[in-house]
Amino acid sequence: MQLDEFISNFADLFDDTDASEITASTNYRELEEWSSLIALSVIAMVDDEYDVTLKGNDITGCTTVEDLFNLVQSKA
Amino acid sequence: MAFLEIKNVRIAGISAGVPQIVLKNDSSSVLSKEYDAAAFVELTGVAERRYSRELTTSDLCFAAAEKLISDLRWEKDDIEAIIFVSQTPDYVLPATSCIMQDRLGLNKECYALDISLGCSGWVYGLNDVASLVTNGMIKKALLMVGDAKARARIPNSKGDPLFGHAGTVTALEYDEGNKGFKFHFGTDGSGYDAIITPAGGSRNPVTPQAFDKYEIDGKEYCDLQSRMKGMDVFAFGITTAPKSIKKLAKHYEFDYLDADYYVFHQANMKMNNQIVKKLKLAPEKVPSCMLHFGNTSSASIPLTIVTQLRGKFENKPTKFICCGFGVGLSWGTVAFESDERIVISELVEVEDPS
Repeated sequence: MQLDEFISNFADLFDDTDASEITASTNYRELEEWSSLIALSVIAMVDDEYDVTLKGNDITGCTTVEDLFNLVQSKA
Repeated sequence: MAFLEIKNVRIAGISAGVPQIVLKNDSSSVLSKEYDAAAFVELTGVAERRYSRELTTSDLCFAAAEKLISDLRWEKDDIEAIIFVSQTPDYVLPATSCIMQDRLGLNKECYALDISLGCSGWVYGLNDVASLVTNGMIKKALLMVGDAKARARIPNSKGDPLFGHAGTVTALEYDEGNKGFKFHFGTDGSGYDAIITPAGGSRNPVTPQAFDKYEIDGKEYCDLQSRMKGMDVFAFGITTAPKSIKKLAKHYEFDYLDADYYVFHQANMKMNNQIVKKLKLAPEKVPSCMLHFGNTSSASIPLTIVTQLRGKFENKPTKFICCGFGVGLSWGTVAFESDERIVISELVEVEDPS
């Protein structure tokens, strides 16, 4: 599982946020476009791509994209 | 492994009742600081829903039952069992199914039972009614399933814009030699608070404090209103429903892709789209009624059959796979084949009592 690929999959879920704005250290919940709808897309993407089921607390408990990547990796 | 196979029973017919009143999900009804009405409709797939401040679930089921019994030309005296599945019964006690025996004018030689389940309720109820009928001791029975008017009246609330009211009736009868139904069931009570109405039961009785308002994610609630951990329910739905269908197919050694129709509980469109994608189903085989009726809890599967499939399948044997999942957490999947004698009643629209 690659961090770069995860960031790219993560950035694809946003419509109005440029992919260049999303890096490993991005605090995703502070992005202007972040919403509960995008959170559902993250859960769906992680389920599709990594066969891991994230819960609400996982999404709200992580800060950066890399934190989330590490969590997914630990559950994979 | 909760697998069950119940033979010698057929679905004779299905009907559904909804309030006549349509509420549109526009800016006056979608109250969230986070997104507007258009975004709500896009995410949930609910543009409008049926709603009544007067009609109970049993009122809607009663209207649907009268219609179906008449369409089937059944004698009321021949109906020997009713199971009523709902989380919005008429009273705290007695059981609504007892009231329905009398209201429908059924014989007193009648087995009547209430079951408290939501989204998975039609599949559970189907199993329980089919189990009563399978040995031919009881030949005709009704399954009433749905949710409508809430138990608590909260000032200025038109309910959650996601949910619509509906009461359905599924008629089952003994049919020797019929292949019947194959079921898979599951439960995960550790998620009991993923969808919950905290007060009004005996764990947290109704007290004046139960009406106190507080905010969750930008929306006002009191303890008598239900609330949902949206992300957890979403994650549960997209994983559990496909797994349950695959388990059932594996256990009974059939290809789930061979079914004619897949009727799922419809909780929100994004969740259902994800389930369809994971199972690689052809979208035209997966009807949905939530655009016009909302999330109708346990009624969603029979309401979808009545409103989306009526006139399309009754003339030939048709393979169905249906899956309900949600509050509990609870889930159930059923596979069955309908026959060319099945009766699907026209949707019954019920007026508010004046």
